[in-house]
Amino acid sequence: MFYREAGQFKTSYLADSQIFPIRQDRIGMLLLLALAFVVIPALGSEYWFSAILIPFLVFALAALGLNILTGYAGQLSLGSAAFMAVGAYAAYNFQLRIPGMPILLSFMLAGCCAAAVGVLFGLPSLRIKGFYLAVATLAAQFFVVWVLTKFAWFSNDNSSGVISTQKMAFCGIDINTPVRKYLFVLGIVCIMALLAKNLVRSSTGRAWMAVRDMDVAAEVIGIDLMRTKLQAFAVSSFFCGVAGALYAFCYLGSVEPDGFALDLSFRILFMIIIGGVGSILGAFLGSAFILLLPIFLDHVLPALAALLHLPFTNAAVSHIQLMLFGALIIFFLIVEPLGLARLWQIGKEKLRLWPFPH
Amino acid sequence: MQFFFEVAVSGLLSGLMYSLVALGFVLIYKASGVFNFAQGAMVYFAALAVVGLMDKGFPLWAAILGAFVVMIMVGMATERLVLRRLVNQPPITLFMATIGLAFFLEGLGPLLFGSAVRAIDLGIVDEPIMAIMDSIGIGISKFDLFASGMVIVLVALLALFFQKTKVGRALRAVADDHQAALSLGIPLQHIWAVVWGVAGFVALVAGLLWGSRNGVQFALTMTALKALPVLILGGFTSIPGAIVGGLIIGVSEKLAEIYLPPVLQDLFGGNFGGIEGWFPYVFALLFLLVRPEGLFGERHIDRV
Repeated sequence: MFYREAGQFKTSYLADSQIFPIRQDRIGMLLLLALAFVVIPALGSEYWFSAILIPFLVFALAALGLNILTGYAGQLSLGSAAFMAVGAYAAYNFQLRIPGMPILLSFMLAGCCAAAVGVLFGLPSLRIKGFYLAVATLAAQFFVVWVLTKFAWFSNDNSSGVISTQKMAFCGIDINTPVRKYLFVLGIVCIMALLAKNLVRSSTGRAWMAVRDMDVAAEVIGIDLMRTKLQAFAVSSFFCGVAGALYAFCYLGSVEPDGFALDLSFRILFMIIIGGVGSILGAFLGSAFILLLPIFLDHVLPALAALLHLPFTNAAVSHIQLMLFGALIIFFLIVEPLGLARLWQIGKEKLRLWPFPH
Repeated sequence: MQFFFEVAVSGLLSGLMYSLVALGFVLIYKASGVFNFAQGAMVYFAALAVVGLMDKGFPLWAAILGAFVVMIMVGMATERLVLRRLVNQPPITLFMATIGLAFFLEGLGPLLFGSAVRAIDLGIVDEPIMAIMDSIGIGISKFDLFASGMVIVLVALLALFFQKTKVGRALRAVADDHQAALSLGIPLQHIWAVVWGVAGFVALVAGLLWGSRNGVQFALTMTALKALPVLILGGFTSIPGAIVGGLIIGVSEKLAEIYLPPVLQDLFGGNFGGIEGWFPYVFALLFLLVRPEGLFGERHIDRV
């Protein structure tokens, strides 16, 4: 009824290879972008920007990065937070040591630094896979955080490694209010999401997926394993690095290496599992879900406890949160291994047939 | 030299603890091909169950027995609620499911048994034995000897179980190929329930030893992560590998912690403690580049 693609004919290859081949999708996307760029900045409150929307976008970007590596190229990583840390500290140092460097350029270079570190720790992926690789990325996780804590140069000689990010300006406009920060992050995330979407549809992305599905077979049909895997590590770490820079500059303002601990890596991993492994949309859905769930629980659990006359302390709430996270992960892996993104897709299929299903 | 050996011995002893956790990993991996990330959480959970039951007024032996029952139940529930529904999924999916399990247990444990840091008192003194101290000058406590004895007994029992019993053989068959084992008439579900129960038991032993040495606290789960490099070193399928790997990791991280910072300090200046936090992982990483299947692991041949 609402979602009918009858009568939309593709008459050229160009039309066939569009990201959104169906008109309704295009309109929906435009509406969404209009909402994000125009309506929300006009209506949103400061709390919404700085506590929900900005972290949502930043985590979505990080999840996008991990999804490229784990979801598309099939290389499990438990070190995404480390690559974020590299990005954050690199951006800080570029701003600190090269005065007047444009903020976007320093973010890009920070992403490149993260990519270099990612490739370094991705090297073992040429010989190992699966769990072995997970341990290798754990090495990155612990090592990077330690280096950033112990080498004071990275944090401009702060003894505990804390950095406070510099002021940002983009094209002469100071990015100092939550709304501006939100728009700045939104712009970057949109561009990078588009980049990711196009990348995974290209031959590069198809090579990643071939490696994911069976690396030996991929090698046999002529895919250069080394190049493909390292490419995935580089691109993924680039995304995580930029996300880390945004995390430090636009979300928190001041970060310490321990803020990029293993916990954060796990959170990002959960985002892609719940959102959908191997899906761009999934990164956004997962980020929203993981971010909103604790807020939701914080509001609901005490009320529920009062209703049932259970003595819930703050500690109990955080324990229940952990349990729920764990249970949800298992639930999604069992019921819908492809996550929320797949549910969305199923919903769309249903809508296509809606008043008259088979 | 004296000092070197002292450090090495203390490393051996902490390595023994890693071995215990790694043992649980190996058991489950051998039997079900699942890389059980939740083993560390199970250790924490088991230790919490013991102290939790003792808080309720049970004597030590009853608490241990109770914790044993709890761990068996956790193992069986995992098999029934998680693994049974994920048969024939790719290993990565199973791995991520165990990460979920780890979070679940880390939340459930403190919720049921309280999250305050407590120590388990096994009644064995943790002081250097004077006789050994006097003869070779290295401090080894009764507790260390007890822990080593426990590990040896445990490994001997497990080796017997795997090599000599029918269930053990079935376990190895299942490890090799789920579907082939099923078609031979091996009851997959029973085998898994058994192996998760055994892993729960190993976790309990580890939890007892760790809990009595370092206190039962959340940090236990982080330390348990060190079992991962141990596995890489020893190979995922080898029980002796888990022990040897644990000892190597234990010794090397302690030596690195003592001998590396001064070198780094000379080079860069500043304070470089905490190397043991990452050293095992990087060590394992470098080791992987040389010998991907580990010291005792089976060489894997890929077929398309």
